[in-house]
Amino acid sequence: MTQTAPVQDWATDFDVMDPRYLTDPFSIWDQLRATCPIAHTNRRKSSWMPLRYDDVTTIAHDVAHFSSVKVAVIPGDEDEEPDAGFQGPNLEYGLPPISVDPPVHTWTRRLLLPWFSHTRVDSYIPLTRELCGSLLEGLAAAGHADAAADYAQQIPVRVIARILGVPTAMSDTFTGWVRDVLEFADDPERRQKGAEGLLLYFIEQLEFRRREPGDDLLSELLHTEVDGKPVDDGIVLGMAALVLIAGVDTTWSAIGSSLWHLATHPEDRRRLVAEPDLMPTAVEELLRAYSPVTMAREVVEDITYAGCPMKAGDKVLMNFPAANRDPEAFEDPDLVQLDRAHNRHVAFGSGIHRCAGSNLARMELQVALEEWLARIPEFSLAEGEAISWAGGQVRGPRVLPVVF
Amino acid sequence: MKVRVDPDKCQGHARCYGLAPEIFDVDDYGQASVIVDEVPVELEEKARLAVANCPEYAIEIIE
Repeated sequence: MTQTAPVQDWATDFDVMDPRYLTDPFSIWDQLRATCPIAHTNRRKSSWMPLRYDDVTTIAHDVAHFSSVKVAVIPGDEDEEPDAGFQGPNLEYGLPPISVDPPVHTWTRRLLLPWFSHTRVDSYIPLTRELCGSLLEGLAAAGHADAAADYAQQIPVRVIARILGVPTAMSDTFTGWVRDVLEFADDPERRQKGAEGLLLYFIEQLEFRRREPGDDLLSELLHTEVDGKPVDDGIVLGMAALVLIAGVDTTWSAIGSSLWHLATHPEDRRRLVAEPDLMPTAVEELLRAYSPVTMAREVVEDITYAGCPMKAGDKVLMNFPAANRDPEAFEDPDLVQLDRAHNRHVAFGSGIHRCAGSNLARMELQVALEEWLARIPEFSLAEGEAISWAGGQVRGPRVLPVVF
Repeated sequence: MKVRVDPDKCQGHARCYGLAPEIFDVDDYGQASVIVDEVPVELEEKARLAVANCPEYAIEIIE
């Protein structure tokens, strides 16, 4: 781990991995929004962090000045010079379409989007519901559970495995790799281990699917043509890795945070049980209040934005979670209102990089909450047991002991 | 009431479809469209909800 000295000045030396930030970023955002709404740090790499809704969405739309080629919040492999002697797998195209700019972004995104359209996502509802039900069957009788590890963490990875066409029996291994890459990115060895495990696995799977295509995303990417030519293997590998990396930690975090909210706010929990018609707005409100994902952009050329002298190569941490708590954009932003009517939240980003899997994530969150509340309508935090939160790129509870 | 989706602004969040599927559809590539000529009176509130939830300010009401 690098540079975890406690933060003294959040405006000029912030650290998104600081333990205080991981537990309660909200008060830090409030303080910064009032004093320095675009914070800066030189820890790890020169990085800017906008906190206002207007700044975050403006920068997200300005793809000419803010590139997506380096999206990691914690600088990682993409930020280092390639090692000429390295023999392992690498991603020459990054993770399209999330870590590329147009024009590659445009056509790779079009390959992915139909797999996550609302009609396709509807077809994944029965398996998601069945999965949640079987998990809860094991938990309900015990009277206690780790709602993060025993429930939330188990759901998205299995749905994604089915979409990719890889065995759901590998779910724990997939989860381990994704956590290594995203949550433990500060530890180069662990990050490397996760990336290698994941890429070597997909290289093997792609070979297999090339010979024996199935009815899955990997097979389709391998057998599709763009402008009369097959898609480059490096692009297919990057897209496969992206779907797993982006579809696991993120949604699991949203489910976990929502269960934390419902465990600590009995009035909201009881209202949602009594008024299930509230679910569509409630899901959006929970996504707003507990948005898990921050993505980075790279400054393309020196630019002064809102008085900040940004240099080419600097990172900009697109703090969508903070934007969603901006009082200039949301009335009473720290109050969860399950029937909030005005809610232009950007939990899934804004502009051309809007999360391609947002329909899937929304469905998984809704089904996971419906099934949990149907079987465990009354629950609360287990007294005296510690909760732990992951943060940085993706924020959500990793240990969430509850009793019922 | 009529509603309109600006195809250049729409980024496929599908918030309109999620909140008002009677009025909007979204295609396989995330493009939203309006599926009614005239919004029935009983759905006007839903149309307003969709407008107020679009993160891209892509929906407008034409009274």
